[in-house]
Amino acid sequence: MASVLASDGPASPNGPAPNRPADAGVYLRDTVRTAVKLLVVGPFAVGKTTFVGTLSEIRPLRTEETMTQAGALVDDLAGVEGKSTTTVALDFGRLTLSDELVLYLFGAPGQQRFTSIWKDIAHGALGALVLVDTRRLDQSFEVMDLLEELRIPYAVAVNTFDGAPPFPPDELRDALDLLPETPLMSCDARDATSSTRALVTLVEYLLTRTQENA
Amino acid sequence: MSADRRLQGLVRPYVVTGGRAHASRNTFDAVTVVIATREQVAGLSPEKKRLMELCRGGALSVAEIAAHLSLPISVTKVLLSDLVDSGHIATHAAVSHAARPDMKLLKDVLDGLRARL
Repeated sequence: MASVLASDGPASPNGPAPNRPADAGVYLRDTVRTAVKLLVVGPFAVGKTTFVGTLSEIRPLRTEETMTQAGALVDDLAGVEGKSTTTVALDFGRLTLSDELVLYLFGAPGQQRFTSIWKDIAHGALGALVLVDTRRLDQSFEVMDLLEELRIPYAVAVNTFDGAPPFPPDELRDALDLLPETPLMSCDARDATSSTRALVTLVEYLLTRTQENA
Repeated sequence: MSADRRLQGLVRPYVVTGGRAHASRNTFDAVTVVIATREQVAGLSPEKKRLMELCRGGALSVAEIAAHLSLPISVTKVLLSDLVDSGHIATHAAVSHAARPDMKLLKDVLDGLRARL
């Protein structure tokens, strides 16, 4: 047991990091009956991993999936030997919401060529938070297209970087071509309260949609 | 595993699954919660023993198991499928796969998040 965990070091020997809820340990509570997931998506270096790390009660974990450049999982590689493969990292974190309920946050890369990774991880996801950097709005279109394709409802959060131009919300909404009902907010991925608020806004929106469709 | 499948040039991580790319059952999601149900690990492959060793400590999701063992999630699912078939593990809690998540679940998530503010 110890040898398995020591190699990956998921339990911080230095105790809980500041600004993080009390260290919940490696394992889930025995009473957990339901696990749900939300995606945190956006272009490279927009702050997905920071966001996940800020909120996670465990040290964020990473899994890697191997796929071809063409976007197929290696699972489906039969007969296409010679295609180069690439590794996609998924960072994720965990928030125990109650004795019975646990939420996982998956940071997923926002490029269309990773669609197959997406389909797997997005299956059953309640929704997604799209992180946006105002200095490169254009890089967010691809990920929003992908979410729409997969029918995953999303909210948009502008990660507040130092030195990023502040945009009036209306202008930003226009620039991103958002539907009127899509929530748009700003958040600081380094701050737990700000990041939690972003998720609250997302889930409020998911609830509203479900009520409307019921 | 059939003989011709063996000739297709497998990528190394998949050797641990006996060359299979797909799990024998389709019940695993990245956030399916798994618990060990059997102490006995005799006869299991080294990877499955490692997995059992990890799971004996308590409940974990498929994604967490994959990360702790440094295996892709897809490979982990194949191993877990076998271990369900052999009675070594059970799934404890699964994600809601309804086409539309139910309101009770969303409300519970919302309450849990608000409580952190």
